[in-house]
Amino acid sequence: MYKAKVIIKRKKSILDPQGKAAEHGAVLLGFKNIADVRIDKQVEFLVNVNDEETAKKEVSEFCSKLLSNPTMEDFEINLEEIDEV
Amino acid sequence: MKFKFGVVVFPGSNCDHDSYHVLKHILDLETVYLWHKDTDLQNCEVIILPGGFSYGDYIRTGAVAKLSPIMNSVIAFANKGGVVFGICNGFQILTECGLLPGTLIKNKNLKFVCKDIYITAVNDVSLLTKSLEKKTLMTPVAHGEGNYFTDEETLKSLEQNNQVLFRYSSKKGEISETYNPNGSVQNIAGVMNKNGNVFGMMPHPERSSDVSLGKTDGLQIFNSLLQNFIN
Repeated sequence: MYKAKVIIKRKKSILDPQGKAAEHGAVLLGFKNIADVRIDKQVEFLVNVNDEETAKKEVSEFCSKLLSNPTMEDFEINLEEIDEV
Repeated sequence: MKFKFGVVVFPGSNCDHDSYHVLKHILDLETVYLWHKDTDLQNCEVIILPGGFSYGDYIRTGAVAKLSPIMNSVIAFANKGGVVFGICNGFQILTECGLLPGTLIKNKNLKFVCKDIYITAVNDVSLLTKSLEKKTLMTPVAHGEGNYFTDEETLKSLEQNNQVLFRYSSKKGEISETYNPNGSVQNIAGVMNKNGNVFGMMPHPERSSDVSLGKTDGLQIFNSLLQNFIN
């Protein structure tokens, strides 16, 4: 079994208004060194298969069909093998 | 010829009744609701995907609605040339399922925008815009994710193929950033597919189609659709 951690990131060319708002908040708090804040999404789930290749394929399909929109987002997949839960 | 309209109802749709009211009671057209779990389009000639917050807008706006059973039928219907019109959340669903290009992201200023604005038709040949009495129309917008975005290449192809229907403008039809309520690229408020049978727009013509509300510009869009569909 695998534990998948997927990070969905807006493409660099896309404005991230939430990131901008957080960046503005940093300025209001007096932080002088914080810049280019981007707010991404992390999704965690289990994949009930025994080989990494199948897990990767399934997670990748799940990401492209539902969790991310290819027009505006990219995704990164991290898989960790775990014992049965 | 009598036309039959179908208004799809997703969990979280909230403009389905507005659309139904305009079609059924104001335009006197045969209109039915189509439940998202059904697959039968009941021989409707035009399918409306209404505004709202289908599935709570979870994951992304329209991302879960596109997986509803009825959407398989709507996609097949559209691919065969059937007329599909998505308004607000309906537009978001159409971009998510790939029937329309681009996507709708969070408004540039992060605010939910709910007000009457002006849009100007920039397309003389589409079913929705061909027979408008005037080019600049007052319609309400009500959305948090109405910021239309495409990559450069898609934008170029949209312009080249004359797929842009409406742009946000002043009352006089002047198109500039000042009148852009959400940050949409090139002030785009509505687009259609290449074949000219799938339409999407963020403003709500169904909320400005009843004289008792004091605004009727939206009705021109439905009338244009009807007149040109008949021809």
